[in-house]
Amino acid sequence: MLKLRAILVMTVYAILVALASLWMAKQSYSWFPPEAAAEAKLLDDLFSLFTGLGTFIYLGVIGPFLYSLVFHRAKKYDMSDGPPIEGNTWLEVVWTAVPLVLVLTLSFVSYRTYEKMAVRGPMELVHLHMPEIIQPAYADPFDSTPQQEIQNAAETAPIEQIDVTAKQWAWIFHYPERDITSTELHLPVDRRVRFTLRSQDVLHGFYIPAFRLKQDVVPNHEINFELTPVKTGTYRLRDSMFSGTYFAANQADVVVQPFHEYQQWLADAAAGSPTPAFNRAAFEYSQANDREGATKDKVAVRGWDTIPPAPPPVVNYAPKHEPDSPPA
Amino acid sequence: MTNISLEAPEVIRGQPYPGAPDNWKRFFTFSTDHKVIGIQYIVTSFFFFLIGGTLSMIMRGELITPDADLVDRTVYNALFTMHGSIMLFMWTFPVLVGLGNYLVPLMIGARDMAFPRLNAVSFWMVPVVGILMLASFLVPGGPSQSGWWAYPPVSLQNPTGNLINGQVLWILAVAISGVSSIMGGVNFVTTIFKMRSPGMTWFRTPAFVWSVLGAQLIQLYGLPALTGGAVMLLLDITIGTSFFAPERGGNPILYQHFFWFYSHPAVYVMILPAFGIFSEVLPVHARKPLFGYRVIAVSSILITVVSGLVWVHHMFASATPSWMRILFMVTSMLVAIPSGIKVFGWVATIWGGKIRFTTPMLFALGGISNWLFAGITGIFLASVPIDIHVNNTYFVVGHFHYVLYGAIVMGIYAGIYHWFPKMTGRMYYEGLGKLHFALTYLGTALTFLPMHPAGLMGMPRRVASYDLEFAYWNVIASIGGFLLGLSTLPFILNMVSSWIRGEKVGNNPWRAYGLEWLTSSPPTVENFEELPLVVSGPYGYGKNQALVGNIPNPGLTQFSESLTQQQTS
Repeated sequence: MLKLRAILVMTVYAILVALASLWMAKQSYSWFPPEAAAEAKLLDDLFSLFTGLGTFIYLGVIGPFLYSLVFHRAKKYDMSDGPPIEGNTWLEVVWTAVPLVLVLTLSFVSYRTYEKMAVRGPMELVHLHMPEIIQPAYADPFDSTPQQEIQNAAETAPIEQIDVTAKQWAWIFHYPERDITSTELHLPVDRRVRFTLRSQDVLHGFYIPAFRLKQDVVPNHEINFELTPVKTGTYRLRDSMFSGTYFAANQADVVVQPFHEYQQWLADAAAGSPTPAFNRAAFEYSQANDREGATKDKVAVRGWDTIPPAPPPVVNYAPKHEPDSPPA
Repeated sequence: MTNISLEAPEVIRGQPYPGAPDNWKRFFTFSTDHKVIGIQYIVTSFFFFLIGGTLSMIMRGELITPDADLVDRTVYNALFTMHGSIMLFMWTFPVLVGLGNYLVPLMIGARDMAFPRLNAVSFWMVPVVGILMLASFLVPGGPSQSGWWAYPPVSLQNPTGNLINGQVLWILAVAISGVSSIMGGVNFVTTIFKMRSPGMTWFRTPAFVWSVLGAQLIQLYGLPALTGGAVMLLLDITIGTSFFAPERGGNPILYQHFFWFYSHPAVYVMILPAFGIFSEVLPVHARKPLFGYRVIAVSSILITVVSGLVWVHHMFASATPSWMRILFMVTSMLVAIPSGIKVFGWVATIWGGKIRFTTPMLFALGGISNWLFAGITGIFLASVPIDIHVNNTYFVVGHFHYVLYGAIVMGIYAGIYHWFPKMTGRMYYEGLGKLHFALTYLGTALTFLPMHPAGLMGMPRRVASYDLEFAYWNVIASIGGFLLGLSTLPFILNMVSSWIRGEKVGNNPWRAYGLEWLTSSPPTVENFEELPLVVSGPYGYGKNQALVGNIPNPGLTQFSESLTQQQTS
């Protein structure tokens, strides 16, 4: 009778935990910036799966744990020991085998998501100009929207090529077809874009949270990186790999716009002659090292010597203000 | 009418104890006694814990507002670099080595470590490392500002052009720390393999000893890689070699491999002894054997092996090819299995036991609950697509601080409170201990939980300034950070006042199974008059069986809690 009651309680608890896990899995979508790329949708679905399973495991372990802390306490003057239980083979086999199956499943699902993020070509999101070891692989028939969007974008239009140069501390985007440069990244919506990432000095990180994608930029390497924006709007590009003094200020805006607006922007930029763009690092450095007037002490504790920032980039499209993409 | 003394009977103590004249000086000498060295490690490292903590509180002061308006950006970069370096190399590694040093010989029934003089040399290198790290604040150009990873090419940029600069001092400190740790590794592994007391087979060895063995084996296979990488970095900076410098044809990614080949298993060097402490504390304060002890013991060695095969998960966003990313994703997911087994074992240990919420038990339980959360976020990070988004964001910072503070530091506190009576012969004040626990548990949650959503929203790590959208989470985290700073105060007060005038205790105040509890508190100089003869497994709660077949310290068996066979006369 006691055993039946225990099984009943555990079953009810398991159901409650499952419901809580499903709820958390739904909530997880709200923890992210907007899904501005098809790849973002793939990632958010994967993260939701992990969240649901993680919540299930956490609550599933914490429940018995807390139960013990409440109901298995020593009585005040009871100095005796508890039962000499040293193990239970069946239980130990189950709690080794189940997590093993779980992590292998999560590995597989993650692998499939990673594969879907790079539909065309070898199973690479990142092409490193290394000898081709992996043969081109086409993904399985699509069964949901993000992959369909990627496939449509890849099949209906040529891939838009953009060169990205990272330096201490600025991002410069070069559009080779029109031979124009910009410090603001403009992208056409619903088209596959390929970046060639280069660094002029140290490691940087090309990270756009709204796309859920990031790739470190390495000097002496040319790294190709593809993605598919699907939502118009303005987003933020941040340097994610620590790159020195003004690392936190090394940001740029990313503008995803309809194709005709994108074409118009390219034309306007080509017409404009190159001017210096606003560069936060150069601006702060000049403030701190103001030779004309008194040095403005903007901080409580002054610092040490720094690598001087490069002068503001001289580009065709040169915003004169800080990156100001709206909060997510 | 007999006068019954209520104090613990006076026994001959060859070991210094507070109150005896001139004894405190032994802690400032080149003592080869593992108990003195253990306490030297613990106290020295705690001092650096406070320094590292102060640096982090200044950082949280900067981060409570979005702009870089408290300290200059170069100062902030130095702060996070030195906070990480000091907390890892000057606090976490040394304090765990200190606890291991004190406890392992006692737990295995040995008189000291295998190489006592080497032990003392290992310790005395620690203040040298500390002096180098602190001195780096005083040289022109300031301390290292390239992060505790010291990735080139940033770490090779030398704005002042001086040969003796903060980065060079940092590299020398890390290299010396590595040598000290390798010596410690040789010492611990030899001691555990060769000096277990008669009758102590592998599966009668306490779980803490198994975990220290696992950790020290990692030090032996991993540190040479880090030291090699550090030497190459030093040569690149000082004499212009081209290992990593891109302008001279070097490859910065090569450094990443050298660095992480050690630094990933290094985190297991830190967590394994904390796991060992949980495994020792829980059975005592729940009066129940460690559930699945043999599997828990072996899982420590499994972690040692598998953790050496996962390092590229720190480089998923780097210039690593996709096949490598997928391979290391699988190994990183697999390393969760041995840790998971331990957590389930601990829950089963307390289940149906007779739990008492003493301070060490509270810290152990809190540490396990925090580890459960942190381990789960670790699985998230092992997935390549997820990591591509959260790598180098505050999600990672939240994860590893939950492990470091939530699990490891809480494990350290659990160990210090649990063995404080053994080390000092006095009991700590329970009220202050509980206050310390409450502030620490709350502070950890407030500081490090908000970092997870900040990271998911895209806040990078190592930033002196951030965008307005992240302000909400940062304010909460900063308040939590200051609370954590405050939480150390009851601990310091407790330790100092209890050591000086806490209630004296006998050899086994917790009525625990273990060879360390068969000696006096504190133990005499060579621990045991006669080496114990072990006749049963380490967690005999509820079984009414003897742990040893002889009486290793005659004269100390007056207590009913004693676990030796009573001599019948």
